[in-house]
Amino acid sequence: MNRNEVNAEVLSLEKRRNLKRNTLPALTMAGPVTFWMMVFVLLPLVYVIVISFMKRDAFGGIEYDFTVANYLEILQPVYLKVIWKSMKLAFLTTAICILIGYPLAYYIARKPSKVAAKLLMLVMIPFWTNTLVRLYSINLIGQPNGFLSNFLMNIGIIAKPLDILYSDGIVVVGLLISMLPFAILPLYASIEKLDKAYLEASSDLGAKPAVTFCRITIPLTFPGIVASIILVFIPSLGMYYVPEALGGGKVMLIGSLIRNQFLVTKNWPFGASLSILLVLITLVMLWLYTRIARLDDMEVF
Amino acid sequence: MDGHAEYIVSLVDVDKFFGSNHVIRKFNLNVRQGEFLTLLGPSGCGKTTILRMIAGFEDSTSGMIKVQGERVEDKEAFERDVNTVFQSYALFPHMTVFDNIAYGLSVKKVPKSEIRERVKEMLELVQLMGFEGRKPDMMSGGQKQRVAIARALINRPKVLLLDEPLGALDLKLRKQMQIELKRLQKKLNITFVYVTHDQEEAMTMSDRIAVLNGGVLEQLDTPDQVYKFPKTKFVADFIGESNLFDGTLEVISDETARVAGDAGEMMIECCPVEPGEELTVCVRPEVMKYSKTPVDGFTLSGIIKNMIFVGSQYRTLIVMDNGYEVKVNRVKPDKDVKEGDRVFLYWDLDDAVAICDRK
Ligand SMILES: Nc1ncnc2c1ncn2[C@@H]1O[C@H](COP(=O)(O)OP(=O)(O)OP(=O)(O)O)[C@@H](O)[C@H]1O
Ligand SMILES: [Mg+2]
Repeated sequence: MNRNEVNAEVLSLEKRRNLKRNTLPALTMAGPVTFWMMVFVLLPLVYVIVISFMKRDAFGGIEYDFTVANYLEILQPVYLKVIWKSMKLAFLTTAICILIGYPLAYYIARKPSKVAAKLLMLVMIPFWTNTLVRLYSINLIGQPNGFLSNFLMNIGIIAKPLDILYSDGIVVVGLLISMLPFAILPLYASIEKLDKAYLEASSDLGAKPAVTFCRITIPLTFPGIVASIILVFIPSLGMYYVPEALGGGKVMLIGSLIRNQFLVTKNWPFGASLSILLVLITLVMLWLYTRIARLDDMEVF
Repeated sequence: MDGHAEYIVSLVDVDKFFGSNHVIRKFNLNVRQGEFLTLLGPSGCGKTTILRMIAGFEDSTSGMIKVQGERVEDKEAFERDVNTVFQSYALFPHMTVFDNIAYGLSVKKVPKSEIRERVKEMLELVQLMGFEGRKPDMMSGGQKQRVAIARALINRPKVLLLDEPLGALDLKLRKQMQIELKRLQKKLNITFVYVTHDQEEAMTMSDRIAVLNGGVLEQLDTPDQVYKFPKTKFVADFIGESNLFDGTLEVISDETARVAGDAGEMMIECCPVEPGEELTVCVRPEVMKYSKTPVDGFTLSGIIKNMIFVGSQYRTLIVMDNGYEVKVNRVKPDKDVKEGDRVFLYWDLDDAVAICDRK
């Protein structure tokens, strides 16, 4: 085959891809959705942005006077500490979610599709019970005189009653339990799509299973991993009812901080600036995701 | 050296079940060092399954599989000295052509400089210099095919398994790749076990052909022998075209034998069959003859149904009284007869093959 033919072929390949990426018809179809998104997402967001640059008046209202003080206030050590801790716990939650979720998703994805559907159901079922009920049941189990503590004391593993309630640890457990399905679903989707022939080819060429896993399975399911990370990390970061239910007042995270600004201390502008910070973090992560997804040219959703 | 060392791959009494589905039945196959052996058979006859058992992707239910005289049933795919070219190519989409080809070496921790050297060698071999930076999805089918072959060859395997490697290519490219593959195989002196359901491909490329049907090995022979002396009715029918007449052997004289079938009597050369035994006479369309008057020893006759030009030759269809359609191929059209004429069939005795297909 000569060079020209090759080039023509590649060109037509490229053209076809561009056609696929043609977004105009998609936009028209999405018109109504776009409208509602404007009304219910964009407008409120703009409002929040606006008040984040306003002052708080003496009665907890808003004084329409431009200032960047709210953003500077975030830089105070006490708030930076809260943000840092939120990031740390969200990161921990995400990492554990992926570590538990990946093998689980892998296991489910390798089952015949009927069995897989049932297993996925099992993953989902707990999430149809009310979140608060679930969180308070963990709270009960974690009480110093609760079931777990008594049990461990009775079989002699611990001497003193458990002191895990209102700790970072139990907050992470709560986050994990709330977020795990969001980790599993995109992972499942990408692992399920992975063609077994790639794994066989790798093994055929002499790669041990661990090598195949690192060099083929992980890279080819990477978009799923990133999607999972985003779906877990972002909500974990802003979650306020989990630290509320399990951390008591002791574990202060950014979500609770924002809530307090709006509902307790009535400092709406500061709450707004914290919210915008969260939105920015989210945007950065989504941007990273689109970069990675495009790199591999695979779509998870 | 034991007597079997010349066989690079051996399958001994191999059986394979998928659940209750008996896919491979008592399969015996010996592949010689350096040969181009083709597994040929209709869809679903078990060709892929046999390759996968040799490669180590599928366990045999029973029987023995040897590579270079060593049993491999307990070895994982990554421990076996065979490599595979997959029908779907299975090129790693996240790696460049270079990384794809280098994969087999890099998982063995071969030094970088040597890898570069050998990948370059491979790229030259499959004529893809300059493509090393491309991702597979920016390449055409034929190019992907070459990458897949280079990737499988870089480990210098003793045996290369190819599962319909040209199946996805168009006819022209396919012919070209057939020649290239054959050239490669000769040049590298690697044993090829090749799967196809295209008999022409099998005929032109192979040193030997194993014809499979329903998980059973019907015949293993050179293309020439498989065509000229089919051992079973299936092979006679599957490889090329043939006219088959069932009958019973009646009388044997010194050199000839008479066969009585329900369509009439016919003559063949002597064959190792006792009088009274059943057999099938196979006559290829290009050696089938007919005349307007009966021929000594033959009582087969039929009506000419049509005569058509099929590209390279003229094909005459003759319907026998029992409804069987006899095909006759000629290079030149026959002006002496026309549709609707009754003709008598015969052949030169050495053109007929007796098939004793006891099943
Ligand atoms: N993983 C499997 N599970 C169950 N049955 C299978 C499996 N793989 C193959 N089979 C069955 O085994 C038989 C042989 O399949 P195989 O793929 O070896 O055929 P093939 O000769 O390669 O056919 P083709 O020319 O269509 O590729 C078929 O009946 C098929 O349905
Ligand atoms: Mg097959």
